[in-house]
Amino acid sequence: MKVWTLHLGLIVVLFAAQFWLSPYHSTNLARIMVLAVFAMGYNLAFGYTGLLSLGHALFFAAGMYGAGLPAQLWGVTAGPALILGILAGGGMAAAVGLLALRTAGVSFMIVTLMFAQAGYLAILYFAAVTGGDEGFTLPAAARSIAGLDLSSDTPRFLAALTLFAVGLLVSLALVRSPFGRSMVAIRENEERSRMLGLNPFTVKLVALVLSGLYAGAAGAAYGILFGYAGASFATIQYSILPMLYVLLGGAGTILGPFLGAALMFALIEVASGVTSAYLFLVGAALVALVLFAPRGILGTIRERWAKWLP
Amino acid sequence: MAFGPFLLLAVMEGLVTSAVLALAAAGLSLVFGVMRVVNVAHGEFFMLGAVLAWVVAALVPGPPALAFVAALVIAPLLVGALAAAADALVLKRLNYDPEATIVATIGLLYMIQQATLSLYGPNANPVAAPFDWRIQLPWFGYSGYKLFVILAAVGVLLALWTFMNRTRAGLIMRATQVDRTTARSFGINVDRVYMGTFALGAGLAALAGVLIVPISQAHYLMGGDPLLLSFIVVIIGGLGSLRGTLIAALVIGLSDGVISMFFTPTLAKILATLLVAMVLVFRPQGLFGAKV
Repeated sequence: MKVWTLHLGLIVVLFAAQFWLSPYHSTNLARIMVLAVFAMGYNLAFGYTGLLSLGHALFFAAGMYGAGLPAQLWGVTAGPALILGILAGGGMAAAVGLLALRTAGVSFMIVTLMFAQAGYLAILYFAAVTGGDEGFTLPAAARSIAGLDLSSDTPRFLAALTLFAVGLLVSLALVRSPFGRSMVAIRENEERSRMLGLNPFTVKLVALVLSGLYAGAAGAAYGILFGYAGASFATIQYSILPMLYVLLGGAGTILGPFLGAALMFALIEVASGVTSAYLFLVGAALVALVLFAPRGILGTIRERWAKWLP
Repeated sequence: MAFGPFLLLAVMEGLVTSAVLALAAAGLSLVFGVMRVVNVAHGEFFMLGAVLAWVVAALVPGPPALAFVAALVIAPLLVGALAAAADALVLKRLNYDPEATIVATIGLLYMIQQATLSLYGPNANPVAAPFDWRIQLPWFGYSGYKLFVILAAVGVLLALWTFMNRTRAGLIMRATQVDRTTARSFGINVDRVYMGTFALGAGLAALAGVLIVPISQAHYLMGGDPLLLSFIVVIIGGLGSLRGTLIAALVIGLSDGVISMFFTPTLAKILATLLVAMVLVFRPQGLFGAKV
């Protein structure tokens, strides 16, 4: 009860936020919510199942181009494009998972990194279709759903909020389900969960595909809501960002990805007023987090005060 | 130009690539072998070597040769010191946990890169070669400096091999590599070994950076490609095996030029990254089967 109140409460607060935020800040909040969906997907793999991937940019980009290219080439509208993007993210995660999950630990990190790098280079290589580094802007038809123009502030905010709310509630239900428990069991002790009759490979693959669906949804939504798809979203940096958000907010907590995304966004916003080298801040935050707060903010709060936090 | 001389030229260019790559990859391989740490910031140590070479060349008056020799000594020492500090402040406190150290070295990568951008700027700067002899072959003239790079790399790698196999310090490092706990119970100061190894690995990358800078230029983003290639070399050669690393560096360096003739560089890189992923998935001990 307490759990549902907290999460539904957050959604209500976010809904209300649009009435007192300036258009600039509500656009930023929409961006944060979409990136938080990406981070929630990353959290399903990393936080709950213990799969430290360095290749989630590939799934994000798969969603972005899976939605953007059909819209660009064949005039597919926003709704179907979003679904195509989600499927592209999940499909890409399934393909990578089938190969990469044969490895573990450091090898898994390098294999996912290499696949993502190959994906990024492939986008550059097929520049005739993808636009390469420059990317392309999505046609207006791909940016409206049920008569609402997603490029204007209020519908965009509501669309981002809807996606975020669905993502949040689905992942909350998921981690409280038996399957969620088996994900955590495998993170904690793979051998022991095998003894209990779980198949670690299947569980990890399903978790990674779910994670890819989230990343694909975020990538597709980012493309549709902000109207642009480009190769920069496939770079290593977009694999690092969700990891950073999750580490900051708290790996293995439901609200951690959103909290981490919002805080990091605010931090960069403040810092970019002072210096252009905001990546320095990203680096410093990564080092500081693994050194001093490996559990992140909500992870620490859960450990000390609120054991019930999912 | 006939095919024979053309091939000779391609092989010589390939040998230069192999030489620099072998130095950088040997550093990465050493760090992984002894410490089990995957250093994602390795390419930035390479870049720092090149940038410091430019700084030293700008500060030291007199002939370019003098400045270059100074850079060969100063840059690896400074980068080694920076790496030692990173080890003491960050890696050691993470207890060398493999996954945490990767995240931390990604953080270091961003910090070093952005600090260089802020202090050194976005421009690519050339450094004069210490000498500009040209060796006149019957078909084409060839830069004597490039031959010097090959010889220097061979010399450094021989010294490294001697150090690892013929000196007491090398013995201690190998003992730590085999079993950290037993080494400690025999009175080896494992913390110091790790710090030295990390500094040595970074120093090798910086040395490679100094050697390459008269051929290419010093730029704050130049660490990316050597990092990727070093990863490829180390993984194909077998993680942590120095001999496999050297063979792989030779193969990759030589084939790099040949592959780029047939494919565009982007396609060549796509194939290379996929190859690395496949090797790790299906043959984690490396293509050359050297023991891990």
